[in-house]
Amino acid sequence: MRADKQGLYIAACHNDFAAYPRQARDGTLLMNHMAKRTRYSAWNLLAASPSHADWAPVWLDAEPKSRYDVVIIGGGGHGLATAYYLAKNHGMTNIAVLDKGWIGGGNTGRNTTIVRSNYLYPESARLYDFSVKLYEDLSRELNFNIMFSQRGLITLAHTRHDLDNISRWANAMRFNGIDAEILDAEKVRELAPRLNFDSGARFPILGGFTQRRAGSVRHDAVAWGYARGASRLGVDIIQNCAVTGFIRQGERVVGVHTNRGGVAGEIRADKVAAAVAGHSSQIAAMAGFRLPVTSYALQAMVSEPVKPVLDTVVLSPAVGAYWSQSGKGEVVIGGGLDLFPSYAQRGSFATSQMVLAATAEMFPSFGRLRLMRQWAGIVDVVQDSGPIIGATPAPGLYLNCGWGTGGFKAIPVGGWTLAHLLATGRNHELAEPFQLARFHTGRLIDEAAAAGIAH
Amino acid sequence: MMTIACPWCGARPENEFHCGGTSHIQRPPLDCSDATWGDYLFVRANPCGLHAERWRHSYGCGQWFNLLRDTGTHEIKAVYAMTAPMPEPAPEAGP
Ligand SMILES: Cc1cc2nc3c(=O)[nH]c(=O)nc-3n(C[C@H](O)[C@H](O)[C@H](O)COP(=O)(O)OP(=O)(O)OC[C@H]3O[C@@H](n4cnc5c(N)ncnc54)[C@H](O)[C@@H]3O)c2cc1C
Ligand SMILES: [Zn+2]
Repeated sequence: MRADKQGLYIAACHNDFAAYPRQARDGTLLMNHMAKRTRYSAWNLLAASPSHADWAPVWLDAEPKSRYDVVIIGGGGHGLATAYYLAKNHGMTNIAVLDKGWIGGGNTGRNTTIVRSNYLYPESARLYDFSVKLYEDLSRELNFNIMFSQRGLITLAHTRHDLDNISRWANAMRFNGIDAEILDAEKVRELAPRLNFDSGARFPILGGFTQRRAGSVRHDAVAWGYARGASRLGVDIIQNCAVTGFIRQGERVVGVHTNRGGVAGEIRADKVAAAVAGHSSQIAAMAGFRLPVTSYALQAMVSEPVKPVLDTVVLSPAVGAYWSQSGKGEVVIGGGLDLFPSYAQRGSFATSQMVLAATAEMFPSFGRLRLMRQWAGIVDVVQDSGPIIGATPAPGLYLNCGWGTGGFKAIPVGGWTLAHLLATGRNHELAEPFQLARFHTGRLIDEAAAAGIAH
Repeated sequence: MMTIACPWCGARPENEFHCGGTSHIQRPPLDCSDATWGDYLFVRANPCGLHAERWRHSYGCGQWFNLLRDTGTHEIKAVYAMTAPMPEPAPEAGP
């Protein structure tokens, strides 16, 4: 599919009214001479021309140059956020983001958009909460509405054992300074009355806990917002450009080969970073090493849109599924992995069936909804469910991966910490525990229990 | 949904089975380096393409066996016994 998001002429504003046109490298003007609105505001919405043709494009589809300071492989949230923070926090703008398809077309545009920081261990709590905090301010930071709705995430308890487990979990969170509130069954019922509270329910609801600052974010907006921010700061975003190999100088990675002809077929860079999620092992193979990663399909589905029926996120670890309602009214349903290695972006019927059976059991009234879409993304699972943000065995090549089923919530911090490493040559302190070396030292940070589902 | 040919029960639907991960991994000597041991435990080729993997017919006869399966298309190229060496994949059908 050919990406063309330039058609998205949305908003802009009076004070940056003349920010466009930008000059292309051959000296021609990319836009016509008419000044374009670049900032989103009520004023600009009202003052726009009747046809709204005076909005600047959200980002520019750049033609690749032959050399950059940093080339980022992967135009998902993590790659785009890395580019944005390199430019914004470190003043580095000679940067390209290459994507083999269209930006946000990977897991960033396929996920169920739950953002939370309810992890068990201090290292992950710090990392993910930093990310939630960046999300809280991101609409303003990017001047792009990412629709962060902090509607809370309830984790249910169905047995005495579950009750013990959630108090351990909620207490661990509080020790880490993160909000957590234990709920009795009555409170759960107030928050999510459509859950199955029937006396004969197969999974009786005995209680739960909630992180009220958790919620959902518009996924495409995160990709587009960071792309727009990065593009404005001078970053080149290049779609339909797959990396097929590395240019080496001795051991060192000094650039990439791509599937494009001409200049774009060989792009040199001081540093190369990959943020390609489920395709990380392929990038590693091109550079001659292996990773502690296995790729699995993770699927999700949505119902037809209906009026508001669920205004929080609910997760049942017992049935392995979780639910929320999107701003458009669809019930968004997520579940567990298809538990065999896969690069086929579709997801098996056996798993969909399990997740839907769980849905009908936990929310009997949802059994009447029609399913509208089902899809899958390829996620990068590691043993301890923690990310890898750091250097690799190939000098000059850096990695951001291992987020597995739960890296959408981490896009801001993934970009922030990788940009720090690329710009300064040192790991950001938040990323220090999340190096490849931990798989050799054994210093794993086992978040499997907190990361398993409710991605 | 994949149909998997259990060597003992014949063709059965995927959800009767459980995948046990990459086959033919050799344990290194116990006095090996931490790096070798870490690689043995955690590091995998994770190819997009042919992958030799262990499966168990959990909700059937309960036995383990190997599959040679394409992780990109989910096509099963060979089914073979647990201790058998990895077979050559069947040649692609001609045009
Ligand atoms: C169904 C589903 C539900 C999920 N739910 C949640 C959730 O609720 N909350 C949460 O926090 N996380 C969730 N996740 C996980 C989350 O989506 C991912 O961890 C996150 O989006 C990863 O972002 P990324 O930028 O690293 O990767 P991606 O968004 O996958 O981007 C990687 C990009 O790299 C490109 N690429 C790959 N190979 C190459 C190459 N050789 N050359 C050039 N480009 C290449 C791809 O085209 C792709 O666009 C879910 C995932 C799935 C699939
Ligand atoms: Zn059998």
